[in-house]
Amino acid sequence: MHTGAGVEARLPIRSDMDLVWVRQHVRQAAAKLGFSLVDQTKLVTAASELARNTLVHGGGGRMEASHVTTGGTDGLRLAFSDSGPGIPDLDRALSDGYTSGGGLGMGLGGARRLVHDFAVETAPGAGTTVRVTSWVSRPPRLRGDV
Amino acid sequence: MSGGFSRPMAGHVPVLRLGDMLLVTLQGALHDSMADQLQQDLAETIVGSRIRGVVIDISGVEMIDSFLGRVLAEIAAQTELLAARTVVAGMRPAVAITLVELGLTLPGLRTALTTEAAMELLAQPIVPVRTGGVREESP
Ligand SMILES: Nc1ncnc2c1ncn2[C@@H]1O[C@H](COP(=O)(O)OP(=O)(O)O)[C@@H](O)[C@H]1O
Ligand SMILES: [Mg+2]
Repeated sequence: MHTGAGVEARLPIRSDMDLVWVRQHVRQAAAKLGFSLVDQTKLVTAASELARNTLVHGGGGRMEASHVTTGGTDGLRLAFSDSGPGIPDLDRALSDGYTSGGGLGMGLGGARRLVHDFAVETAPGAGTTVRVTSWVSRPPRLRGDV
Repeated sequence: MSGGFSRPMAGHVPVLRLGDMLLVTLQGALHDSMADQLQQDLAETIVGSRIRGVVIDISGVEMIDSFLGRVLAEIAAQTELLAARTVVAGMRPAVAITLVELGLTLPGLRTALTTEAAMELLAQPIVPVRTGGVREESP
């Protein structure tokens, strides 16, 4: 078990420089909690996609990182929120290849595949919050992956 | 031979010119704007300096998201249109695993395990990977 030191943070997402800090923090926090290298990379990549969405589509916002535990297992929870236009059709936004402009349309759906838990809170005109959580896999593994 | 470091390109992205090849080393904290700038600069350098091959060393890159993946794919495509070739070298295993799960398989991107292998690949005669855009080459 770990304390939240070095994990808990609230970071602004206002520029592409901020995306660099977000990635760096998630990498360090995930390493601190004991995530494997592959799982760290998955989390950092998901965070990069979601933070860029906050910046590009949400007009800027913030990420909050927190240490969560369940039954002795450590997890990292990341919440990306903005007060932008919201996502009118979430199913469409999650489908691979859909972009309202400029991107590859792989970010939201891809991020969902890269984490264990994924939830979106959004409404037209009311902003967007995406919460993701991943758990440190220790033998016996929580997931069936290698 | 015109070896050595070329003028500083693309913010902090080091580019080494070796004859008619460019070795681009991406590492650490890459800003979106640096990646965008690199893409533009490479196109100009390829045309201006008659570059035939570009090796992008990503062994120091800790993650590739859809933004960087798209930049790499676009650099490869634009290089091809300018009668040169791009090989991406040294992708870390964790990055490759993550890219596939993200859903980005980046077809059309030539890869090699090391920069040396990438250089060897570029020294070989051109094998068409797409119809159109491949120039005729005499040995
Ligand atoms: N925070 C957000 N605020 C508003 N719209 C969003 C947000 N995140 C995602 N979207 C919408 O979902 C779409 C799909 O997102 P994504 O898969 O990341 O693709 P991309 O960012 O490449 O367009 C975006 O094009 C956008 O329309
Ligand atoms: Mg996106």
